[in-house]
Amino acid sequence: MSALKGPILFGDFMPEAGLARALAMTRGDVISEVRASGLKGRGGAGFLTGMKWNIAAAAQGNRKFVVCNADEGEPGTFKDRVLLASYPDLVFEGMTIAGYAIGAGSGIMYLRGEYGYLLPGLEETLNARRRGRLLGEAVSGKKDFSFDIEIRLGSGAYVCGEETALIESLEGHRGEPRNRPPFPVNTGYLGCPTIVNNVETLALAARVMSEGAEWFKKIGTGKSTGSKLFSVSGDCERPGVYELPMGITIAQLLKEVGGEEAKAVQVGGASGHCVPAAQFSRALAFEDIPTGGSVIVFGKERDMLLAAKNFMEFFAEESCGQCTPCRYGTKVLLEGIEKLESGKCSMTYLKELLALGETMQLASKCGLGQSAPNAFISIAANFKDEVLGRERCFEGRGQ
Amino acid sequence: MTSKNLESRAPVSQRRQVVPVASAGDGIGASVSLTIDGVEAKVPFGTTILEAAKEMNIRIPTLCNHDDLCIAGVCRVCVVEIEGQRTLQASCAYPVTQPVKVSTHTRKVRQARRHILDLMLANHYGECYTCWRNGNCELQSLAGEYGVDGFRFGKMEKPRYAIDQSSYSVVRDMNKCILCRRCVRTCIDLQEVGVLEAVNRGQETKIACFMDKPLGDVVCINCGQCINRCPTSALAASDPTDEIWAAIDDPGKHVVIQTAPSPRAAIGECFNCPPGTPLTFQMNTALRHCGFDRVFDTNFTADLTIIEEGTELLSRLHKALVEKDKAVALPQFTSCSPGWVKYLEHFHPEMIPHLSSAKSPQQMFGAVIKTYYAKLNGLNPADIVSVALMPCSAKKFECNRPEMCDSGFKDVDYGLTTREMAAMIKEAGVDLPNMPKSDFDEPFGTATGSGVIFGATGGVMESALRTVIELVCGIKVEKLFDHADIVPVRGFEGIRYAELPIKDVGPVPPILDKHFKDWKWLKGATLKVAVAHGTANAKRVLDNIKAGGKFSECHFIEFMACPGGCLGGGGQPIPTSPEIRAARAKAIYAEDAAYQVRKSYENPAVAHLYENFLTDGPCGHQSHKLLHTCYTARGKYIL
Repeated sequence: MSALKGPILFGDFMPEAGLARALAMTRGDVISEVRASGLKGRGGAGFLTGMKWNIAAAAQGNRKFVVCNADEGEPGTFKDRVLLASYPDLVFEGMTIAGYAIGAGSGIMYLRGEYGYLLPGLEETLNARRRGRLLGEAVSGKKDFSFDIEIRLGSGAYVCGEETALIESLEGHRGEPRNRPPFPVNTGYLGCPTIVNNVETLALAARVMSEGAEWFKKIGTGKSTGSKLFSVSGDCERPGVYELPMGITIAQLLKEVGGEEAKAVQVGGASGHCVPAAQFSRALAFEDIPTGGSVIVFGKERDMLLAAKNFMEFFAEESCGQCTPCRYGTKVLLEGIEKLESGKCSMTYLKELLALGETMQLASKCGLGQSAPNAFISIAANFKDEVLGRERCFEGRGQ
Repeated sequence: MTSKNLESRAPVSQRRQVVPVASAGDGIGASVSLTIDGVEAKVPFGTTILEAAKEMNIRIPTLCNHDDLCIAGVCRVCVVEIEGQRTLQASCAYPVTQPVKVSTHTRKVRQARRHILDLMLANHYGECYTCWRNGNCELQSLAGEYGVDGFRFGKMEKPRYAIDQSSYSVVRDMNKCILCRRCVRTCIDLQEVGVLEAVNRGQETKIACFMDKPLGDVVCINCGQCINRCPTSALAASDPTDEIWAAIDDPGKHVVIQTAPSPRAAIGECFNCPPGTPLTFQMNTALRHCGFDRVFDTNFTADLTIIEEGTELLSRLHKALVEKDKAVALPQFTSCSPGWVKYLEHFHPEMIPHLSSAKSPQQMFGAVIKTYYAKLNGLNPADIVSVALMPCSAKKFECNRPEMCDSGFKDVDYGLTTREMAAMIKEAGVDLPNMPKSDFDEPFGTATGSGVIFGATGGVMESALRTVIELVCGIKVEKLFDHADIVPVRGFEGIRYAELPIKDVGPVPPILDKHFKDWKWLKGATLKVAVAHGTANAKRVLDNIKAGGKFSECHFIEFMACPGGCLGGGGQPIPTSPEIRAARAKAIYAEDAAYQVRKSYENPAVAHLYENFLTDGPCGHQSHKLLHTCYTARGKYIL
């Protein structure tokens, strides 16, 4: 793993400076500052964090909640783990700032079940913060602000990274996404206004409050401000977690990690898109290729159909089974890929599979089903020769 | 958005959420404009697209959606395209909170619907020809309606799951299940029983009971409401028609059938008649045509139930008020609904003493047929096959309860649902709606209107009140209520409460003079009664009693497991909806109004039975042996 170096998160900074500055401001000013920074959610969807906080702050409710989504389950993503292991205080500081901003009294960290080994350390950090009056009654002496954080462990379902399924799981139900609207900012945990933010987002928010929006905006692009953590894996010389400015091109990133020979990069994990070498000049930013941070590098010798199969196996396994397009669609696409693999898939049926992929993108209930076919569709579009070049394909209707 | 939904135990993922009106912009109670397929309308803030479309007479196909259930948004059949949105939205679950432009049949929508149906069919095992829901299947209709022209994504060659036949009442065939989860929502949200849940993930997802146990081994109350709402044949009642045909075909067997009031008001639906078409007397002819030796009216024992249960109630009141017996359990609960009885046995076993010990009309009849009727006709009870036509799936369980053998034989051999009866009539080639009318057979022939209204929620209470008022007060009910219609206990409100002051008392009638000397002790008392239908409402009443609330002061409470009472039972024709149940209720009350005799105690056949068979009177020794029963404290946890 590379040494942790970066402009915003992996640098030297004053601990708790962001919280101190936030508590000296009005709640409204904190939200304005975060809005001004242009910070967008780092889970991948890229919703404006300040706007989310603003809606939750304005929502009616006796109780409000801050939920830190630490259910890092996207294949090829491990940057939150690094943050939680190395900068837990920064994450909790961000949660506390968010709690202050929206008027929440409780924060919940939903920690991926497999990260259970981090739990003792995180609990110790929380206890230290309580001792230091950074949590509990009258945080840092601020009379009208009490806030505490508890940690809950997930149970291994990928779908619980989806915010409404996460809340459903927190409430003790089977982890399945809810109908939206209304969104959690209005009707979330226990029916109360709830913001669900990614680990990295909250850490960045703490840094925004510490250094100011203007400073933050100097890094990144106009539409994608700040830096991004990338979890880089696959066929490259230096896999690891990198903090790089938003807007960096894939080529630049590959150079950084020693993966210039790649023929494709899967951006955004299993639910992301497969980008072929011809498009390596594209930028990793919300306005071009949005990403939660997973970058999987495919070298020259990789079989792209097998890559697609691997991702589809993942979704067929992780679909929560609630809605029809995702539950059965993942299975049909997986079987289709197996047909392609053995050269038994007709062009007509391939077209049917791609159309089914579109249906899944459009009609699934949540982001899991909507993004499940992405990898297959982009691999089929960009690596046609590999997908079709197995054995002879039969023209005509049928399978 | 009803308050019921807020109290729901269903996970939020399985229901529609409250839309905070604060974000409406233009204020509380505001309306929002929307356009569907180019047609503009204004709807109240938070109305779903599907509701709006219904108002506008625009059809959007649905599958997991059901009028009686909370909204799940899981099947995705009802997706529509909203201008400016990347993905399609489930119209059933999308509340309109700002102006939207909706299209219901764009390329994307048509493709998605077709794919969704294709995917369901690819995972649905079985042939339509051999399916009991052939012609009455929502999946089949949608496939026909929305352009399914082949098994685009293949079809199941082999069944994946064993059929669960462990329950006396409900058969589960998960090979037919399309995971719309109506059954899950019916069980947890409508009935608040909660024995069904989705388990596993992805394509392994299935509906299962706790720990994947068979249905017969869990706390299922057999109400069968899940069957009525299943869009396919994944759920069915346990069907005894082959055994019944065999008995009919056996010349050594004397096959009698008793028919409950609710099937008559509903069976027409299986023959394309509109809901609420009463076919009582046509059905009598049809049943004889099928080969039943005698056709009896369960209303006879409904009247008997009123006498027995009413006497029991008066005895309890006497014990409490005169003998000052603190141990007597009041309010007394009705015991006609076997789903309700099992619900109480599982979930509130400590309240079993409140249950009337009177058997249900079905079981009373069973015991009378194999004793009194057998003797009267010189029949060997072993050669009698006793069938009960019921609107109910739980009746199948009830007749198999081990204690239901007081005649020395199995009192009722088979419980038959309205749907199964319709299938038998069809199999016999009988055109039910056009059959000539004929009456019930003697010696039980004459029934009263009181027996008929047992089919509707509040009916048992109304029948009991008609009899109790006249026997105690010595006046005609008509003096208190026009046409003896006790309107306060009628209707479909989930829980109803009524008070009846006893201003004057009359002499004790001969039928009760073994139990009571006079009614003076009731003079000036106020009889407090309540009615609840659907176990979710029953739960509210029981919780209120336990908390010492208003219902703890009641004397008598009618409980029915099924919403609407028996007319909404789990054996009734599919589909069901509030409108369909209301139409059936109308037919039942119309039949009551047409009867000459409308009070149970005036039923001459009942009087005759007490004179000649149950000679020690209501709640006497003989009646206790044959007409009363005991219950089992089952508890919630079955190991």
